Amino acid sequence: MEYTILILLLPCLSFLLIGLLGTKLRPVAAGTLGTTVTGITAVLSYWTAFSYFGAGRNADGIYPAQIPWNTEWLPFGGSLHIDLGILLDPISVMMLVVITTVSFMVHIYSFGYMKGETGFQRYYSFLSLFTMSMLGLVVATNIFQMYIFWELVGVSSYLLIGFYYTRKEAVAASKKAFIVTRFADLGFLIGILIYGFYTGSFSFTPDSEVIGTAKVFLPLALGLMFIGGAGKSAMFPLHIWLPDAMEGPTPVSALIHAATMVVAGVYLVARMFPLFIGYAPDVLHITAYVGAFTALYAATVACVQSDIKRVLAFSTISQIGFMIVALGVCTSADPHEGGLGYMASMFHLFTHAMFKALLFLGAGCIIHAVHSNEMSAMGGLRKYMPVTHVTFLIACLAIAGIWPLSGFFSKDEILAACFGFSPVMGWVMTFIAGLTAFYMFRLYYNIFWGRENRELHAEHKPHEAPLTMTVPLMFLAAVTLVAGWIPFGEFISSDGQAYHIHIDWKIAGTSLCVAAAGIALATWMYMREDRTVANGLATRFSGLHKAAYHRFYIDEIYQFVTHRIIFACISAPVAWFDRHVVDGFMNMLAWISNKVSWAIKGMQSGYVQKYGIWFLGGAMGLVIVLLLI
Amino acid sequence: MIPMEYYLVVSTVMMFIGIYGFLTRRNLLAMLISVELILNSVDINFAVFNRFLFPEQLEGFFFALFAIGISAAETAVAIAIIINIYRNMRNIQVKNLDKMKW
Amino acid sequence: MNITLDLIVFAILAIFIVASAVLAVTTKRILRAATYLLFVLIGTAGIYFQLNYSFLGAVQLLVYAGGITVLYVFSILLTSSEGDQAEKLKRGKFIAGLAATLAALGICLFVMLKHKFMNQIFEHGELPVKEIGFSLMSAGKYGYVLPFEVISVLLLACIIGGILIARKR
Repeated sequence: MEYTILILLLPCLSFLLIGLLGTKLRPVAAGTLGTTVTGITAVLSYWTAFSYFGAGRNADGIYPAQIPWNTEWLPFGGSLHIDLGILLDPISVMMLVVITTVSFMVHIYSFGYMKGETGFQRYYSFLSLFTMSMLGLVVATNIFQMYIFWELVGVSSYLLIGFYYTRKEAVAASKKAFIVTRFADLGFLIGILIYGFYTGSFSFTPDSEVIGTAKVFLPLALGLMFIGGAGKSAMFPLHIWLPDAMEGPTPVSALIHAATMVVAGVYLVARMFPLFIGYAPDVLHITAYVGAFTALYAATVACVQSDIKRVLAFSTISQIGFMIVALGVCTSADPHEGGLGYMASMFHLFTHAMFKALLFLGAGCIIHAVHSNEMSAMGGLRKYMPVTHVTFLIACLAIAGIWPLSGFFSKDEILAACFGFSPVMGWVMTFIAGLTAFYMFRLYYNIFWGRENRELHAEHKPHEAPLTMTVPLMFLAAVTLVAGWIPFGEFISSDGQAYHIHIDWKIAGTSLCVAAAGIALATWMYMREDRTVANGLATRFSGLHKAAYHRFYIDEIYQFVTHRIIFACISAPVAWFDRHVVDGFMNMLAWISNKVSWAIKGMQSGYVQKYGIWFLGGAMGLVIVLLLI
Repeated sequence: MIPMEYYLVVSTVMMFIGIYGFLTRRNLLAMLISVELILNSVDINFAVFNRFLFPEQLEGFFFALFAIGISAAETAVAIAIIINIYRNMRNIQVKNLDKMKW
Repeated sequence: MNITLDLIVFAILAIFIVASAVLAVTTKRILRAATYLLFVLIGTAGIYFQLNYSFLGAVQLLVYAGGITVLYVFSILLTSSEGDQAEKLKRGKFIAGLAATLAALGICLFVMLKHKFMNQIFEHGELPVKEIGFSLMSAGKYGYVLPFEVISVLLLACIIGGILIARKR
């Protein structure tokens, strides 16, 4: 399966080609090139998945991990060396499929969405760069390669968020995303270094006798790595960059901030799962609590946001919280006894990528039609945009967890895993699932039903998006419809053995009821044109509403901590010292040499004869010195 | 036999006369003439050392010979430069040539 | 030391050279300075003859006295107007130059006369021109073909450089 290297090389090549040729390439040519390459990559990934799973299980009943390509890159001596290679195992193959599918859809979609933008070529080259780095991240054979591509992903995300670099908000958002994730990555790097130092390898699966000596440090290393993952996956309190990242073009949000990059943290925990389970189960459970809190927090905030992309962003944070919880509640590697969460998390990652990309792309169509992100500009759009309406509804039902859409199955597995861990966790997550249904349908009704903004729509009549944008919507909707029936446990499970998904109807029924209740509440509050109930609630609990609308002031707290405490108390004195003492010393040296130079400048008269006299004097002085010695 | 020092005294005196001229003359060509004096005194030294100290070899002799050739070349270039200066400034007084200071 | 013919000739040459040199650097008229330079060069040629380096003396006369002096005279004629005289020296400048020169001269003479040179031999006898020619063209040890070639390239460069610098634009 050596051809898998092409999955990495082709997007890299397309990035270089489009990026170097730049505006010399016609926009259509650049787009076609990028899309074609991504299409080829997608086909290669499907073929890889087909042949990998088609090859069957080995004698132990698992799909063996394969390394079709590997090279030693940086040897440090001893057993410590950094490799670059390609690792194929069930989760990386699954991620290949997810990433290339969504990326391909986004490439096609961008043809319509970005049409006529300046920097079209730049956009496509960055998309290729992102695709390449994300693919490199998932196929990494060791943790250091993962880190390298992890940072590449961060860079390309920065570039894409700041794509409209003339807008101040976009620049601020891109900087914020970069700095916050970079800050978290520091934890990741330190974790990697501790891990490498004590185990003597960067491998995901080190030998157990090597681990023996490093056992004490593994929880620390894994905890630090999780901080990196929390940064990328926008876990509380490092989530603050994701809502702002919506300043980027909407297809970018669909690709990066919904389907691929933000699940990198989940993928990281899944990748390190054997180590977490074997040596640091407590750290794993801490991640579960972090994830649960994040999910609850983000769901609450999502209920009151008015910018549709922000709602989707917080919904993404919440859903990633679900995945982290599912991983965190695992207590063993056996899916039948407490290891179910691993499979559930990966399953939800897969289904969520599809329907969240669909939601974002649908939101893109709506923004494209009304030229605004605010709900107040929408309402009643179902008449104008039938395709977007139907696909959006499918995605909303899926994320709410309605049978038989894909979200139902994956969410049900997560809830089952949570109930297996502790009933409290199970009920909390069920409640959040209900909340999810509520805010998603609030969003849906606000966009497609409710009071129409007739003035705006009369001025600029909303219209259905072009075919390049609706085809990806329909494709993703189709995937969302059927993905739930994939026997996911057959391919991926915590111990690699085949696992038959069976639906626990007690849990599934509860969650269905909660979801239906959420939807019903949203329908009651938002479907009609007058919003007396919703407005009444907002005024009665105005404090809570305002706090939630301002995301519980987390950004303001950050602002306070960084500006008032760190900047004012630490940075400002250090800057003063640097400016006045360190620089002052250098300035004084410069001042002295300047003055001395001015003083002796007159000796440079420009008359060669004066120089001659000085030369003669010097030469004779030397002779005398030599004579006296 | 005349002692070698006699020759050396003559060449040394000649050299410092040249240096004096170089330091005090106002005219570029006059300075160049002084430089010729310096060169010439050095040539004498080469010839004298060769003759009195290493009579069976010819290094000093050839050094003097080549020095004469090189001084011819140097003079040609220097005079070309001086003529160029004259063309630009209509005179060749050193006091006007202080553009290279500072 | 006896007063020999050699010594008399040398004394005449030395006085002639030193006097001409002093005049060359002190005379007011630049054309006269060139003429005194010619005298110095001729006197130097005389010293070469006395050292029995007739070839060197001949070259000195041909190249220096014959060629370079003519070059000087031409350039003086090109750059000086009628009656052009050196400006009067400032007194301070004159004293500074003279004092520096005399002090340096004293130091150098002191060093030179104090120094013990190796055995001095002087044998009369002309250096055969054939030997000079063979050394000049020989590539072996004590052969000078490489400097000879370098000098010829240098002269070529000077010709081109002189033309380039002095040509009218």
